[in-house]
Amino acid sequence: MKTILASLCCGIIFGLGLSISEMINPARVIGFLDIAGQWDITLLLVMGSAVFVTLIGFPLVLKQPHPLLSEKFSLPTKSNIDMELLSGASLFGIGWGLAGLCPGPAVAALASLSPSVMLFVAAMLVGLYIAPMIENTLVKIKKPSTAA
Amino acid sequence: MVEPDVVGGLVGGALIGLASVLMLLLLGRITGISGIITGFINWNTEGSHWRPAFIVGLIGGAVLYQIFSGPLPIEMQAEGPMLVLAGLLVGIGTRLGSGCTSGHGVCGIGRRSPRSLAATVTFMAVALITVFVTRHLLS
Repeated sequence: MKTILASLCCGIIFGLGLSISEMINPARVIGFLDIAGQWDITLLLVMGSAVFVTLIGFPLVLKQPHPLLSEKFSLPTKSNIDMELLSGASLFGIGWGLAGLCPGPAVAALASLSPSVMLFVAAMLVGLYIAPMIENTLVKIKKPSTAA
Repeated sequence: MVEPDVVGGLVGGALIGLASVLMLLLLGRITGISGIITGFINWNTEGSHWRPAFIVGLIGGAVLYQIFSGPLPIEMQAEGPMLVLAGLLVGIGTRLGSGCTSGHGVCGIGRRSPRSLAATVTFMAVALITVFVTRHLLS
């Protein structure tokens, strides 16, 4: 129960952050990505500010023997830079550049009840769901790779 | 240049960072939204209720903003089939690439992970090129 409440509160802070920084607004995001147009530096300030906090906070937290509400830290285990990572990041980059929405802001923006946002989130859910099938097909076409 | 939202950007960004630090401190989890949604779709593991709770909070935070500051500023930049294509690519890409702007960008760089830095540089560069091609070369 404590974990659920803590996660809910963190989600609220995250959602407020995305709203206050206007990252839920695709126009702000595209404005940043459009360096040849009317460049909007806001996204860089948001990213810089957030990373500044995690760069300081994460090492302090990871010095603790375990999280306050859990027995151990669940950190990502993969550390290799492989084709799967880079092709995935590239496909994400294309989608992000087309719509100006990434997963966090898209979900938070559902609060606006905008049908366009709902359409984007629905398509994103389909993409998240079918990704492993696409990956399996590609692996079968290629020779089996050693990438995890 | 468009007038940047300096205060909103810095304060909002700090809140995003704070939420990520708190998630690690309290639950020991990385705040990667694409991963949290994926866990939400494949809802079969015990003790995974924190994921839907986070999603509810994420939307709740935006609802709170609307209650206190008025409607969310949302100006869509794509519509119809293009929006669907973008959504599909974001879904497929973040799953294949194991993360998005939050997991790789905010948290991964915070953990000083070279893998996350490589992913962040890649999706940023590809997004910049995509916008340049669609808004300047093709229009």
